[in-house]
Amino acid sequence: MGSDVFMAKITYIEASGAEHAVDVEDGLTVMEGAIRNLVPGIDADCGGACACATCHVYVDSDWADRTGPRSSMEESMLDFASDVRDNSRLSCQIKVSEALDGLIVRLPEQQG
Amino acid sequence: MTSRRARGVLAGDQSSKGSAAGVSSHIVIIGAGQAGLSAAEALRKRGHDGPVTLIGEEDAPPYQRPPLSKGYLSGELPADRLWLKPPAFYDMAKITLRTGVRVTALDRAAKRVITADGEAIGYDRLILATGGAARRPAIPGADLPGVHVLRTLAEADALSAALQGARRLAIIGAGYIGLEVAASARKRGLEVSVLEAADRPMSRTASPLLGGWFGALHRGYGVDLQVSAGVAAITGAQRADGVRLSDGERIEADVVLIAAGLNPGVSLAEAAGLDCADGVLVDAHARTSDRDIFAIGDMARFDSELYGRSLRLESVQNAIEQAKAAAAAICGAPAPYDPVPWFWSDQYAIKLQIAGLIEGADQMVRRGDPEEGAFALFHLKDGVLIACEAVNSAPEFMTAQRMIAARARPDPDRLRDVTVAMREFLS
Ligand SMILES: Cc1cc2nc3c(=O)[nH]c(=O)nc-3n(C[C@H](O)[C@H](O)[C@H](O)COP(=O)(O)OP(=O)(O)OC[C@H]3O[C@@H](n4cnc5c(N)ncnc54)[C@H](O)[C@@H]3O)c2cc1C
Ligand code: FES
Repeated sequence: MGSDVFMAKITYIEASGAEHAVDVEDGLTVMEGAIRNLVPGIDADCGGACACATCHVYVDSDWADRTGPRSSMEESMLDFASDVRDNSRLSCQIKVSEALDGLIVRLPEQQG
Repeated sequence: MTSRRARGVLAGDQSSKGSAAGVSSHIVIIGAGQAGLSAAEALRKRGHDGPVTLIGEEDAPPYQRPPLSKGYLSGELPADRLWLKPPAFYDMAKITLRTGVRVTALDRAAKRVITADGEAIGYDRLILATGGAARRPAIPGADLPGVHVLRTLAEADALSAALQGARRLAIIGAGYIGLEVAASARKRGLEVSVLEAADRPMSRTASPLLGGWFGALHRGYGVDLQVSAGVAAITGAQRADGVRLSDGERIEADVVLIAAGLNPGVSLAEAAGLDCADGVLVDAHARTSDRDIFAIGDMARFDSELYGRSLRLESVQNAIEQAKAAAAAICGAPAPYDPVPWFWSDQYAIKLQIAGLIEGADQMVRRGDPEEGAFALFHLKDGVLIACEAVNSAPEFMTAQRMIAARARPDPDRLRDVTVAMREFLS
């Protein structure tokens, strides 16, 4: 892993309350950050193609501005995830960058 | 690792009712692809405690195939973003991953598998997840250098390297993989011809309207798409330099890709006497004709109650869900597998999502305007919804999945009416 690659600190909080604070490489998605760091609770069946809605997370309110808006495709896919809230996102559609250093996301009880 | 059995390693081996595989039995999985990896993971999630050995012929760890014709080929996605799991996963989940190891025979009597090196690995339960290999039809010239197929990462790398510096690509076959490669190659600036024997693209699985629409899409991006174009030969002396069609026309190309579908990987199963018919035959719990052997993913054919016929599906969803069904049965908590199949394909900026299977449909209902680039085609049989082809239309796709599972009989007029929200069909 090159030392010149920016790593953002991201905290994933499971529905049980268990926290995982990990470093995620710039350019990956928040979904990939979870998979690579063995954070449980994100299935990501389609591997990030915005086709399965099994990578649902809740973005902590302080971060909603910085993660940007949902695309219309994401919006429609999310509609069918379980327990969708205003701060729901598909984590494969959030790209990690320096601006997201410190991001906190919470995981739903279940995917799909 | 030799044929050491793990049975009874843990005190109180809990053999579950009706299924003799205790939580500590040794499960061997042949094929470290999407289905095999999903099975290994599902076994652990279900509490299987005994050893799990995942054997794969390829050198790479389990990876995603869908990007091979999409983002990986167009250069947007590096290889390390293809891995399904990080290396640490296998340690954490205590899954013995053996890559670069090919299994050459099954010894059902002794319950062991034999590798190319002659090693024997014993199992209590065996899961076959061998996927398949890209078909290479017997076209003259098909074995010339410069002719490619696309199934594995190694084949994607070979194709990608060949495209580097090439000018023209000819693709034989306008199925999903052929068309996705066409789109990726156009992104890389190549001239692309796609030659399809049928009278439209995606003729095997998509409706004529959808196939025609994708044909027009590709032509709009400058692809030379020819339908009803039988290939007589791949031409070239030392290496492929083009394709000759049955009507005599010649298409020049530096690189030729044959995208003609998959041969399911049934040779091990066949040689071992398991029931096969275009796939290894399995029941709703992914069990083959040998009760201790399961088969999942692209290679397995199961009976679908929903569709009233046997199906062999080639999709990520099927690989994952059938793997879960096998793991559930092995762990003594069987849950029958009867999916609403779904699939996606990305070409240019278009996301196609298909729920269900269109075969046997007798009515089609269109929702939305194909001219506007977002529409859905609903297919009904005797009034029951059996499939939905959705182009940039996720709500239609997601709703249709549930409606098909519920064997819904939607009113075609309301389905057609875009002012009726899809949600309303779920109540
Ligand atoms: C280019 C491409 C694009 C695709 N795009 C999509 C898509 O957009 N959406 C979608 O849903 N699906 C897509 N698919 C299909 C999807 O990838 C497959 O359905 C899925 O990978 C099937 O998983 P599997 O585990 O059954 O087979 P595989 O993933 O093929 O895994 C089988 C593994 O078994 C190994 N193996 C075989 N024989 C042996 C042996 N004797 N010993 C040891 N190992 C062995 C093979 O080397 C292979 O690694 C695509 C496929 C390809 C090739
Ligand atoms: S991983 Fe499938 S939608 Fe995010």
